[in-house]
Amino acid sequence: MPQPVPEPEFDELYRELILDHYRSPRHHEPLSEPDVVAEGYNPLCGDEVEIRLTFSNGAVRDLSFHGRGCSISQASGSMLSDLVIGKNADEIRTLSGLFTTMMREPEGESPEELGDLEAFQGVAKFPARVKCATLAWHTLEDGLTQHEQGGHAVRREE
Amino acid sequence: MTFDIQKIRADFPILKREVHGRPLVYFDNAATTQKPQSVIDALVEYYSSYNANIHRGIHALAEEATLRYEATRQSVADFIGAPSADCIVFTRNTTESINLVAHSWGRKTLEPGDEIVISAMEHHSDIVPWQLLAETTGAVLRVLPIDGEGGLRWDEVESLVGEKTKLVAVTQMSNVLGTINPIAQIVKLAHSHGARVLVDAAQSIPHMPVDVQELEADFVAFSAHKMLGPTGVGVLYAPQALLEEMDPFLAGGEMIRRVSFEDSTWNDVPWKFEAGTPNIADVCAFSASLDYLADLGMENVRAHEIEMVAAAMRRLSEIECVTIYGPKNPEDRGGVVAFNVDDIHPHDLGTVLDQHGVAIRAGHHCAQPLMGELDVVATARASFYIYNFEEELDALVEGIDAAARMFRAPARTGA
Repeated sequence: MPQPVPEPEFDELYRELILDHYRSPRHHEPLSEPDVVAEGYNPLCGDEVEIRLTFSNGAVRDLSFHGRGCSISQASGSMLSDLVIGKNADEIRTLSGLFTTMMREPEGESPEELGDLEAFQGVAKFPARVKCATLAWHTLEDGLTQHEQGGHAVRREE
Repeated sequence: MTFDIQKIRADFPILKREVHGRPLVYFDNAATTQKPQSVIDALVEYYSSYNANIHRGIHALAEEATLRYEATRQSVADFIGAPSADCIVFTRNTTESINLVAHSWGRKTLEPGDEIVISAMEHHSDIVPWQLLAETTGAVLRVLPIDGEGGLRWDEVESLVGEKTKLVAVTQMSNVLGTINPIAQIVKLAHSHGARVLVDAAQSIPHMPVDVQELEADFVAFSAHKMLGPTGVGVLYAPQALLEEMDPFLAGGEMIRRVSFEDSTWNDVPWKFEAGTPNIADVCAFSASLDYLADLGMENVRAHEIEMVAAAMRRLSEIECVTIYGPKNPEDRGGVVAFNVDDIHPHDLGTVLDQHGVAIRAGHHCAQPLMGELDVVATARASFYIYNFEEELDALVEGIDAAARMFRAPARTGA
């Protein structure tokens, strides 16, 4: 009999920090006067996220995140909001790149720059859930690009 | 119990395995069913004793393989009450059967302004082929709405099916809601307007007695793998005269009578629609699954699933945060229960249930328009078959409790 494939660790997917952000999301109240509204939608899972941004001096002054979907997609949005407020577009794109790379490498190390987002490393072992984790980041990047191009609203389908 | 579940379970080797250290509880039967040893043996038997290409070899193996392949065609005809094996076309799956009709019947029949009527509870495979056909022919797609319990609204059926209707394509049993549609009634109405009816029977033929002649349906599509058979075999039933009117589907070997560089002529039906070497092994093994179900009796299969679904609905409705979709009365639905737990995403629920050994489907079930009608992004779905028993529901309930503890926000539970 062939041995079953090694099982990804359930506890690594649902780290307590992820569950905490899912149950009590941060920066959840939609900004009332955003410079940019970026929506992201994954029709396959039904995950929806909306990120609202304000900018000052080339940096993200404030950000709100809300949506509906699985715990991974919603916790990802909540946790990125803590990390990116106050940073400029280049810094945020670098972080997004590091996050996306981490999601592609189940055996890799979590870069220091991502701080608490290290909690998502276990998601890389569940290929079906990687898109849930990256949706908020890709939506945020769309928002940054939209702002640079002078636009105010953008929507993506993953 | 309608029949001896433990005896049945002993026939399915996979049911002995564990998942994450728990006994496997397989509640994903609407996606595909498990296979009894007799079907697995039939596959091995084909490859180890009579593997050959069919319909052309002048040797013993080829003759034996041809006989067994064509005998399965007869078994399928008998199983669904078709008048003859010539009404049975083998395809890859239900989806291909429906596409065959769209291509070979639809393209030559439909004209601009003609209407194709489907229902709001259709699977993508009974939506998208008609969208493409409408695009190609200029026909118009109309959608039958559903009521709050997931049944067709008959007043709307009567007003939408009319003189312009050329085809009504509808599921006999919804893969999400479990709704059983009144096919004979729909056929009667459609025929009175000169329209054809295609029945998506992927969820019905495996789970209840279906007699295609009694239904008087024009096209009936279903798959072997949802009824104990191997993957890779679908069936299209249509009356022989209708099949003869239709254009070929795929072109190549086997489907021809004579080929020259100038033109070609077609083989008789049903072989006209079976181009190339077919899935011989899986078709031959499908025969064993039909035998298995015939021995149990489809009336008994249906009765068992009503018991199972009634028990599931009872257990689930005892949990405060569970919403069940579809008909309230177990007699009115197939062995399928779609549900949500609070606002926990079904993928999270599915992952937790998997840890409890329980396999369910989570997502949109290839019915995104229906998800929109229900105003949900996705649902969890437990679906049952002959080897499931009520005690297995304990693991489902336990898993749901665990997920609720894990994911429900304190604010949302009011705690």
